[in-house]
Amino acid sequence: MSSLQCDITLTVNGETIRETVEARKTLVDFLRDDLGLTGSHVGCEHGFCGACTVRLNGVIVRGCLTLAVQCDGAKVETIEGLSDTGECADLQTAFETRNALQCGFCTPGMLLTAQELLASDRVPSREAIREHLSGNYCRCTGYHAIVDAVEAVAKARAGSGT
Amino acid sequence: MKITDDVPSTLTALDRPNSYIGRSVPRPNLARLTQGRGHYVTDVTLPRMAHVAYVRSPHAHARIVRIDTTAAKKMPGVIAAVTGPELAKVITPWVGVLTHLKGLKSAPQSAIAIDRACWQGEAVCAVVARTRAEAEDACALVQVDYEELPTVTDPETALDAATHVIHADLGDNLCFERSLDVGTVDAAFAGSDAVVETTFVFGRHTGVTNEPRAIVADWNPGEQRLTVYHGTQAPHMMQNLFAKHLGLEESQVRVLTKDVGGSFGIKVHTYADEMAVVALSKLLKRPVKFVADRIESFVTDIHARDHRVKAKIGVMNDGTITAFEIDDLTGIGPYSVYPRTSGIEANQIVNLTGGPYACPNYRAHTRVVFQNKNVMCQYRAVGHPIACAVTEGLVELAAAKIGMDPLDIRRKNLIADNAYPTGSASGLKFEALSHHASLDKLVKMMDHDALRAEQTALRHKGIYRGIGFASFIEVTNPSAAFYGVGGAKISAQDGCTIKLDAQGAIVCHTGVTEQGQGAEAVIAQVAASAFGVAIERVRVITGDTDNTPYGGGTWASRAAGIGGEAAWQAGKALRQNVLAVAGSILQAKPETLDIRDSQVVDAGTGKERIGLDEVARIAYFRPDTLPPGFQAELMATRHYVPRAFPFSFTNGIQASYLEVDTDSGFVKLLKHWCVEDCGTVINPQLVDEQVRGGVVQGIGAALYEQCVYDERGQMLNGNMADYLVPMASEMPDIQCGHVVSPTADSELGAKGAGEAGTAGAPACVMNAINDALRPLGAAPLTDMPFTPGKILRALGRVS
Ligand code: FES
Ligand code: FES
Repeated sequence: MSSLQCDITLTVNGETIRETVEARKTLVDFLRDDLGLTGSHVGCEHGFCGACTVRLNGVIVRGCLTLAVQCDGAKVETIEGLSDTGECADLQTAFETRNALQCGFCTPGMLLTAQELLASDRVPSREAIREHLSGNYCRCTGYHAIVDAVEAVAKARAGSGT
Repeated sequence: MKITDDVPSTLTALDRPNSYIGRSVPRPNLARLTQGRGHYVTDVTLPRMAHVAYVRSPHAHARIVRIDTTAAKKMPGVIAAVTGPELAKVITPWVGVLTHLKGLKSAPQSAIAIDRACWQGEAVCAVVARTRAEAEDACALVQVDYEELPTVTDPETALDAATHVIHADLGDNLCFERSLDVGTVDAAFAGSDAVVETTFVFGRHTGVTNEPRAIVADWNPGEQRLTVYHGTQAPHMMQNLFAKHLGLEESQVRVLTKDVGGSFGIKVHTYADEMAVVALSKLLKRPVKFVADRIESFVTDIHARDHRVKAKIGVMNDGTITAFEIDDLTGIGPYSVYPRTSGIEANQIVNLTGGPYACPNYRAHTRVVFQNKNVMCQYRAVGHPIACAVTEGLVELAAAKIGMDPLDIRRKNLIADNAYPTGSASGLKFEALSHHASLDKLVKMMDHDALRAEQTALRHKGIYRGIGFASFIEVTNPSAAFYGVGGAKISAQDGCTIKLDAQGAIVCHTGVTEQGQGAEAVIAQVAASAFGVAIERVRVITGDTDNTPYGGGTWASRAAGIGGEAAWQAGKALRQNVLAVAGSILQAKPETLDIRDSQVVDAGTGKERIGLDEVARIAYFRPDTLPPGFQAELMATRHYVPRAFPFSFTNGIQASYLEVDTDSGFVKLLKHWCVEDCGTVINPQLVDEQVRGGVVQGIGAALYEQCVYDERGQMLNGNMADYLVPMASEMPDIQCGHVVSPTADSELGAKGAGEAGTAGAPACVMNAINDALRPLGAAPLTDMPFTPGKILRALGRVS
């Protein structure tokens, strides 16, 4: 238990945030509780489920294994930010059309993880998609529909040359 | 991207113009969830809201000698520290029994343990603070003195005279027992050409919903009302229970359920730590929030399965099955869970075993015993995965013993498709099933002969692949026979209210709830079709006891079949009402009119007469222009409950193709197929996704998932690193197909589809593993989960 407080300044979805946080507070708790960004979810708090996935300086991380104080000076992006910029709008639409989400609790983390894969590997195989998503737990879908949606977007993006 | 093929509607009654029945329309409102704008209970915050954390027993069975909360109460942010006896002044205990499960007994359970903790993880003290972190800090300072008591963990010895009785008042550790003996079982076995006898073991596992259990209770003394934001499947059931145990009227309790991060039966029970939250809110007169963390979830979310079944099958050399016999034993923790009881899974195993087959001789015995482990109760496909694995395991072992093809033995014994209505030896009633049509379809889908040829060819190269099957039946659309007749206030009926808004769109209020399975979409499709508008003109409201018709919610695969039928009838009723208004405006007979795509049209010619927006405008703002004495009724409610059959059974068959690495014992799943018959398919894509998600949950049970306990009742792997769940990289693609045998009990003809995948998957994975290893002379594997260690032992590679 600790009450050590730290001042941090960071960019969250393009907005500059200055806050005082407890040193022990995780990034995902900070985003959810202090900033009201409840799109990032908490499924396990021990780094397994991937529901808390957010982007830190351009790379996806587990929001439950990252402390808010580590993000001083950093650039953090969440599903809310990606939605507002439209960066992965095609992926979101594909998830909706293909019913690649049921309860939707895993979805923000899934989308950020899939977006990273598609940025690095233009048309991954189904196996490569499954492998890349294998740190994101989904209890509802059985994964098949998620793989379909990601595969379809990869092909569409490659086809349209973007 | 290919959306699952639409299945054309097969019923003329549903063949309305622009019908959405049978179409894979995407679910409305999904963009909220993909954009991170959902509203889960874990997201709820209210003014003055406090957070509760629990001190939980580290012992499986211990007397609580003394609790000292002095230091905890002095911690910053702490609002209260409350023990069991203190909370018992606000909330009464409960006993999880149902009168139709004869002889089932249990002991009173309290929101917080009073003088004794009966499992590791039972809450013994609550600490309420400004933040969850502060509550947890203070929990660490609560001093509890325990005196350890003897623990009962092994069901096999739970009934021995030497074993400690957990609840002395009950006399023994037996919760429930049932026997059934139908036909001439002994004579049938004696006359059989072959008898196979084995023991099946099913690992204790749990739901691991991605969003843990969560509840926010807000007692408002000014209104004398309790508002509960609850991640539940059954808001009206919880309204009743909160009211009953807090001493309130149901009208004083409102339960709100918005987005739920997965439920699968986990969130349809009464949890002591959630009952404590509503009591704490009442006590402290402010909102209190509880979210189970993952470590708490593992020792408090209900567990399931954990059955040991001794089983026997008799068979003739021509493949005729002569008899089934089972002896089942299960340990369900220290309490039967309220209000559905923990006897249902065992009861279902007795009901369902042998169910797909025309075999008149059946004997079954089950015992449900108390033990000092976390409680067990109903989880997705209750009893089915066990009954199915026992039945299908026996059938394939018998086929192997007499040298018959596993599909041929099924063709010989599955109830004929033209035999309905009929029943099972255990007394189940079947309205219309399609085992043979489903099997034929599966064989085509999987290109069975080519697969067998590939399997044989690879065996010569030392690659061991297996093909396994599982025919199954599934209970859906339950009538009051499930719970109501046993005295539980769990509604079997459900309702739907549909109203026309002032611009001609409709709003549906339904008693069934959305857990991600697509209930809202199904209601919207049905209402749009029945009434006559585009689906974009339909809004669906669920999960609010103040604003939806009384209903049961979502369980036992009932939302589409029961909630859907209520919506169908309400849509039709509102159409009649609106046509009455239109008729009076147009001076036409209502029966000559219809509604199509938001227009009132001539039924015969389809010619547009007046828009719904105009009908609404006149009815709401210029009723003075309507004929004297005519009153427009632009809201209609209908209810529905199945009456002709206690349950609407569905059926199907699954197949698994996999490869066993005989050096490492690892199983690689290559492909999975499922053909199922859920009657009218309202939305093929949603049905397929229910099947796929269910199959993967069943695969988890077969290969990975198990709550491992030691003999002292300590759970050893209660975290997501040690408790293995299926992840994307290990799961196969799953192909789905349908046969359609609608139920005549409703106009819609839809049966449930939510549990079929989970029911059959463990059985066919087991059969596929045994098929792969049979040429190597391995002893058949019947002890789930099939870990690499067990497989290597069966192969004799390790001892
Ligand atoms: S909450 Fe971070 S990985 Fe599960
Ligand atoms: S959609 Fe529910 S956990 Fe993935």
